[in-house]
Amino acid sequence: MNGHKPHRVRTLLVHLGLILAAAFMAMPLWFAFVASTYQGGDFISGHVGWLPGSNFWNTYVTTLNGTAAQALALPPMGSALLNSLIMAMLIACGKILISLPSAYAVTYFNFPFRSLCFWVIFITLMLPVEVRIVPTFQVAATLGLLNSYAGLTLPLIASATATFLFRQTFLTVPDELTEAARIDGASPLRFFIDVVIPLSRTNIAALFVILFIYGWNQYLWPLLVTTKASYSTIVMTVGRLSEASGEGDPVWNYTMATAILALLPPVFVVVAMQRLFVRGLVETEK
Amino acid sequence: MQAKRVTFQRTALPLALLAPQLAVTGIFFLWPAYQAMRQSLYQEDAFGLKVVFSGLTNFYDLAVDPTYLASLLTTLVFSLSVAAVSLSFGLLLAVLADGVGRGSKFYQLFLVWPYAVAPAVSGVLWVYMFDPSIGPITKLLRVVGIDWNHQIHSGQALALIVMASCAKQIAYNFLFFLAGLQSIPKSLLEAAALDAAGPIRRFFTIQFPLLTPTSFFLLVVNMVYAFFETFGVIDATTYGGPGQSTNILVYRVFNDGFKNQRIGASAAESVVLLAIVAVFTFIQFRYVERKVEY
Repeated sequence: MNGHKPHRVRTLLVHLGLILAAAFMAMPLWFAFVASTYQGGDFISGHVGWLPGSNFWNTYVTTLNGTAAQALALPPMGSALLNSLIMAMLIACGKILISLPSAYAVTYFNFPFRSLCFWVIFITLMLPVEVRIVPTFQVAATLGLLNSYAGLTLPLIASATATFLFRQTFLTVPDELTEAARIDGASPLRFFIDVVIPLSRTNIAALFVILFIYGWNQYLWPLLVTTKASYSTIVMTVGRLSEASGEGDPVWNYTMATAILALLPPVFVVVAMQRLFVRGLVETEK
Repeated sequence: MQAKRVTFQRTALPLALLAPQLAVTGIFFLWPAYQAMRQSLYQEDAFGLKVVFSGLTNFYDLAVDPTYLASLLTTLVFSLSVAAVSLSFGLLLAVLADGVGRGSKFYQLFLVWPYAVAPAVSGVLWVYMFDPSIGPITKLLRVVGIDWNHQIHSGQALALIVMASCAKQIAYNFLFFLAGLQSIPKSLLEAAALDAAGPIRRFFTIQFPLLTPTSFFLLVVNMVYAFFETFGVIDATTYGGPGQSTNILVYRVFNDGFKNQRIGASAAESVVLLAIVAVFTFIQFRYVERKVEY
């Protein structure tokens, strides 16, 4: 380590660059917060600038207690937040619950059609919901899944990525454990529950973090599959409000307060579980 | 396809374990994909009374539709811009964060959170900043003499959706590049430093070449994101306009299928998208499998 001056100047510049970048990333959030602290009329009269106003309390209270939502004929905020939470939890838990056993099956068993099953699952990597949107909607409608939590989550649940991640994890479990289990006469199911799942705990948690964010942030599918306000999610509500604001209704303050409410839970998850988040992201590789 | 050396010899159990995933995949993935392909071969007759087999007419119509070709071009320009911007910023920030040593964890937090913001929400945040009449950035631009109105100027509309789409991918790329940089043996860099190679030279001769596989993988991921996951950004900002200038392919599939009720055309567009994802997946799969070998 040398303490030469140019070295110190360089370190300083590196920190400066990172601080600037962090500030730039936070800029949209800052402006959203500022906008949420004004009254609707302030936007038209041009009062809203770069610093917060005095309507913070009022905006968030009326946003959360539903007064604003009622005036704009939107679903109540509480139920939208709850729907988002339910959707995110069902998608995250559902994906994990169906891909753990399937990954175990393709990794630990030798059976006819193993390759076929593997490829059927793999092919879903190539079918994002956006690509097959119209026929998927038709299937959901035929099965009577419109306006239900099943319709909201099932089409998003099958996931090759989760299966691949778990397969990768299982491949690192030493074969000696399997042999020992066999000698002890443990059934494959016993081995799965008592050895393989506990060994995969961290990866399950990491994947949960990623899937929760993925589920919470869904927009297009919920927009199509729910027509009843009682199934509306918070991200959908943000979209509706933004439409109203763009058309000249003075509701930017509510729009931004709702946007902040919509982004806080997943951002909180990332911040609180940074280590798991990074692990989940880098290991699932999407 | 790799499996365990020690495996269980059963048939019923693994199939039962696979059943839930296979069921969901079959009902909500394979069946709709098959339907998309089938519907792409049919058209409504002139009176809209019944659907008739029309062969590849839907595809032919797309191929000669100037607005479709424009959408395709827009999507390419958009995706390449998103990839270029988010890869270069992601890499730059990773190099900077790698340079501060132990402090990198601290900065990491302030650079990765945008990953958690939904594309639709991100679109709303950006469209406010650039609102033609009340946006704070618009006002700033006016001071320096730029007249910003993405509702009229198509170039500005495209720039807006690129910006609104990038933050999430910058966070993503940053994490992968940082992980890549930190896995490069320090001895390699120290040896180069002893040879009096400056930091910039070290970056281009050692770090950047070693990051090539990561960059390539990220390029594909970013393209897939820009192609398919940016629906929310468009629907919160430009709605595909002005005119058709930001009407990217996923937005078009949705519009033709649900708003314009052109089921055949929308299905043909789905099949084209399917082919595009297949290409991306093929490229990515080759990368992933190669990595698994190690």
